[in-house]
Amino acid sequence: MNRFSQVIAGFALLLAMSAAHAQLTIEITQGVDNPTPIAVVPFAWQGAGTAPEDIAGVVNSDLSRSGQFSPVDRRDMLGFPSVQKDIFYRDWRALNTEYILIGRVSIAGQMRIEYELYDVTRQTQVFSAVEEGSPNEARMLAHRVSDRVYEQLTGIPGAFATRLLYVSVTRNPTGKDYYRLTLADSDGARPIVLLESREPVMSPSWSPDGNQIAYVSFETSRPAVYRQDLRTGAREQLTNFRGLNSSPAWSPDGNSMAMVLSKGGNPDIYIMNLATKRLTQITRHYAIDTEPAWMPDGQSLLFTSDRGGRPQIYRYNLRTGNTDRVTFEGNYNARARVAQDGRNVVLVTQRSGQFHIAILDLVTERTQVLTSTALDESPSIAPNGSMVLYATKYGDRGILAAVSVDGGVKFRLPARDGDVREPAWSPYMRR
Amino acid sequence: MKQFAVAGKVMTLLFTAAFLVACSSSDTKDQEAAAAAEAAAAAAAAEAQRAAAAEQAEGQMRLQEAAAAVGNVFYFEFDSSTLTAEAQRALDAHIALLQGTEKTVRLEGHTDERGTRDYNMALGERRANSVRDYMVVNGVASYRIETVSYGEEQPVAYGSGETNWVQNRRVELK
Repeated sequence: MNRFSQVIAGFALLLAMSAAHAQLTIEITQGVDNPTPIAVVPFAWQGAGTAPEDIAGVVNSDLSRSGQFSPVDRRDMLGFPSVQKDIFYRDWRALNTEYILIGRVSIAGQMRIEYELYDVTRQTQVFSAVEEGSPNEARMLAHRVSDRVYEQLTGIPGAFATRLLYVSVTRNPTGKDYYRLTLADSDGARPIVLLESREPVMSPSWSPDGNQIAYVSFETSRPAVYRQDLRTGAREQLTNFRGLNSSPAWSPDGNSMAMVLSKGGNPDIYIMNLATKRLTQITRHYAIDTEPAWMPDGQSLLFTSDRGGRPQIYRYNLRTGNTDRVTFEGNYNARARVAQDGRNVVLVTQRSGQFHIAILDLVTERTQVLTSTALDESPSIAPNGSMVLYATKYGDRGILAAVSVDGGVKFRLPARDGDVREPAWSPYMRR
Repeated sequence: MKQFAVAGKVMTLLFTAAFLVACSSSDTKDQEAAAAAEAAAAAAAAEAQRAAAAEQAEGQMRLQEAAAAVGNVFYFEFDSSTLTAEAQRALDAHIALLQGTEKTVRLEGHTDERGTRDYNMALGERRANSVRDYMVVNGVASYRIETVSYGEEQPVAYGSGETNWVQNRRVELK
């Protein structure tokens, strides 16, 4: 092996290792009582050699992870039909499956996935569709298949073709820890380390179009808010104020960013115009005001404040300038995130000394505690409003976990090593 | 009265003249003595200065030792930024040490893992600020103090439970 290829091999190994660090796996811990049985038959590969990606395998695990479906094990399938005429409904009825998904994959420059869903009982086609895109994006195309199938069968758009940001930490007992900001598919696959630092990295958040992210990094030995373009990699430091520079939250129109600064002496919410960098101070209170979250209409902000003595969620109306208290149950409610419907709010609540994820319905004002572990935090709601991703402790380690908004489905996403925290579920990616 | 005054002046003049004559007769001896006395005085002054410097250094060292003895980490109760009496006593040692120097300090505020991360960032800042405020009212100029909050991001003890948490709710003076 010459020197050059040694360097390349070493570099490839390094990349593989850094990917392995942040890789998440999925363990489903609880599904719905009567999940819909579905057979996702391996899609026929119509190109040369072997298929670059097991599309049906990705779809299978997506549907399984949702907790709404119980996919048929491939090893139980009597055949792998890829066109309607090859489906023997009797065989599939014997496996007690209600639906069968078949498809074909080809590449002619672009990857093309043609697929059809059939109702086994009625022996009819439910729908057929085509996904096309770059072969590099094969997994994302597979997630789009999952999205369509999920929407057809549940009536709710799927959120599989989305991505996650999260922070992972590798402990270093003899010195400073390693902090990494990672971008991955919604199933934890294809992790990319966007930032690696010996100083804390915090509060990742998405622009509404999914093309940019913001986060807080201590890399200059003080906290500062940064934004980064995921298409070009271009990175910009937005703040460098004395004191706190935290909790960046993009406005729904993408033009401004709410954040927390304590340059005035105590933590207050500010809004930065991203074009002019001009700041507008929103809250003026000697208490802690932090964790801003935009309502989807962009007309008001939820935030955490201990102005009443203990942290509770308040709502600031940007038009009237009025502030109302939103949470009243329990003595610690913090870090709200709002679903796209503007109705469901997920937050961290303290009950009997433990911290859980709860969901508050702004219309009925009913709060439901969704989790039962003790140190749950950083809830992030899927763009379709179905699942909440959050951080918790499992054993001695920080891991990500998810729960459906009705509390019925639960799964964990442990990493191979290190602590994982602060998940941020992307909006629907603009295609 | 006037006559007596004139006589007095004459007497004074005579005395002075006699003294000057006496001095001039032992001129060299006296110069040596004066130089010796001067040298002795200088030596004594230098010695005193050395002693004072040594004492100051020793005093500074004692202050350093006192500050080292109390440590540079000050602990807090859960969800509180109030300085405990123990933390105040420990800080007094650091304040005494800082008053003899122009050194700047950095106060890093930390919390335990309970509660949300950004709320804890604010709580860590509150803790660092209460240490800063105590130092300022006791004579350390505020421009010499930088505060940074790390919230719950940099625990000393990784585990859960009060034995670990109590170690993490702290301000570190650096």
